[in-house]
Amino acid sequence: MKKLNLIQMKAGRKAKVVEIRGGQALQNRLMGMGIYLGKDITKLSQFVLRGPIAIKAGRTVVALGHSMAAKVIVEVE
Amino acid sequence: MIKKIFLIGNPNVGKSVVFSRLTGVQVISSNYPGTTVEISKGYLKIGEEKIEVIDLPGTYSLEPSSKAEEVAVNLLKEQPKNEVAVINTIDSTNLERNLYLTLQLIEQGYLLIACLNMCDDTEHRGISIDTVKLEARLGVPVISTCAVTGVGIKLLIGRILEAKTGLQPRATPDHQERWKEIGEIIEDVQKLSHRHHTFREMLEDASIRPFSGILLGAAVIYASFKIVRFFGESLINNIFDPVFYKFYQPVVEKLSAVLGGGGFIHHLLIGDLIAGKIDFKQSLGLLTTAPYIEFVMVLPYVVSFYFVLSLLEDIGYLPRLAILLDNILHRLGLHGYAIIPVLLGFGCNVPGILATRVLESKRERFIAATIISIGVPCVPLQAMIFGLLGKFSGFYVAGVYLVLFALIIILGAVLNRVMQGYSPEFLMEIPPYRFPPLAVLAKKLYFRIKWFLIEAVPIVMLGVLLINILVYFRLFDFLTAIFAPVIKGLFGLPREAVVALAIGFLRKDVAVGMLMPLALSAKQLFIAVTVLAISFPCIATFAVMFKELGFKDLVKSTLIMIFVSLIVGTLLNFAIIR
Repeated sequence: MKKLNLIQMKAGRKAKVVEIRGGQALQNRLMGMGIYLGKDITKLSQFVLRGPIAIKAGRTVVALGHSMAAKVIVEVE
Repeated sequence: MIKKIFLIGNPNVGKSVVFSRLTGVQVISSNYPGTTVEISKGYLKIGEEKIEVIDLPGTYSLEPSSKAEEVAVNLLKEQPKNEVAVINTIDSTNLERNLYLTLQLIEQGYLLIACLNMCDDTEHRGISIDTVKLEARLGVPVISTCAVTGVGIKLLIGRILEAKTGLQPRATPDHQERWKEIGEIIEDVQKLSHRHHTFREMLEDASIRPFSGILLGAAVIYASFKIVRFFGESLINNIFDPVFYKFYQPVVEKLSAVLGGGGFIHHLLIGDLIAGKIDFKQSLGLLTTAPYIEFVMVLPYVVSFYFVLSLLEDIGYLPRLAILLDNILHRLGLHGYAIIPVLLGFGCNVPGILATRVLESKRERFIAATIISIGVPCVPLQAMIFGLLGKFSGFYVAGVYLVLFALIIILGAVLNRVMQGYSPEFLMEIPPYRFPPLAVLAKKLYFRIKWFLIEAVPIVMLGVLLINILVYFRLFDFLTAIFAPVIKGLFGLPREAVVALAIGFLRKDVAVGMLMPLALSAKQLFIAVTVLAISFPCIATFAVMFKELGFKDLVKSTLIMIFVSLIVGTLLNFAIIR
């Protein structure tokens, strides 16, 4: 088990969300969109030069900005 | 006693389509989150009673994160709970995520009815939902619908008055508790069968990967531009132009003869005769140049632009463009989503600026609105640029776009530097590709064209009438005298261009039309249309900016516009040597 953030994680891999850093507002937004603690997600892609990151959580595909992605901590097997 | 019906749900689940079905009120719907930024109202007749139905912007939860979501949530909270029926529209293909809001609504004790929309889409995705079980678990009526085709709407209407408060959760819920409960519900009511990756899904994935995504994006933008031009030109050359000359010209010619070919009334309606004849491009009459500009030069492009935009919207391509451009837009103090208001602004700045409501901060909305009103020319203006400047060379037309693009980048970067605050992060759901039925697309196109005609034609007519009266009584001479030094000295334009630029405040297409009789050189025309694009937005855009930004920010934005157009106009004049 290794803890990483969404940026460090490799595209195409699966992982479990274990922590969302940052304020209540960000937690509310992500949780409302189905990115909650314990949720399995797949990272789809990442854009260079601090670009956004796309993940799939359940049936939802979500794109997150770079610094937001850094606040989502996941655990990879 | 139910007095109102609210439509609430996650973004992009089809609330507006359900709304249109219930009330018969046509509203724009697309395949991207955040299409609806305004509240629409309509009426539904149940039995003898007419109940007000309200369509709200989408929201993921009852804790709002943008102005549009805030409006939705606040309006709902204002109502006495026992007087509103809440139709919670749910995307059947994404039940789990949607149930989060449903649970929150149940916790708050609203009279609820769940509408499982897009039910036609579940089968080929291998999803089956047991609605009877779901109804039992939630304790509120559950109805499957497909609003696009109308399936299930009658049933929904029939059961609206059955809306009730659902089963309350056991403990005081927090995020994690809710998701746990949702997990249990899903386990119970939904069955998934494994499906292979379809071609559509492969295309969905390819469009959000860096390399393939950028290639695809470039192809889509190039193709869109080509189609708009080709389709627009074809409509002009094969339909609008011939019809106008064949059927309309004889009528106004007769009228001109009846009016005796001169005098005040003739001047207003027909305008000046050029070499003894009516010239639709130069006569500047209420019944000659005005309809020619609007119906022959502009309308065909409005049709072709909205056709392509509507197609891209409904397929669901725009959010993918937002991912690709997030990086660049971030440097302008915006984020990827801002590309959607910008694209809408290319049709008309008014819906573009309205769409900035989906952006999170006031700072972002100011930057976006300013950028749109300065650097994004609306379709009527673009049509006139193609029509006039295109006659000289495509090089100049491309030049206008290049200048405007550079301005967007420079302006955004500067505003991002000097304005306090920071730009929020991009967070956007990327919807699956959907292929809308042609009838749906046609209806949306019809709706947008109708809207354009209602907005544009009266102002154009009024504008030309006003110009003709002012010109007849030589009232423009005063204005010309004041501004001639700027126009002539700095921009290198003839003094008559003052009138045209001033009219730009009313409508940009008419303003360019006013340039037609001036026999400008390519360079002069290039400068004039570029300055027109940058300077004051038209009156309709002005009004919407006032509404969205408030007086103070509107003044700021306006000062920026005046400053930028003076600099650019002067620079272009002295930089281009001909």
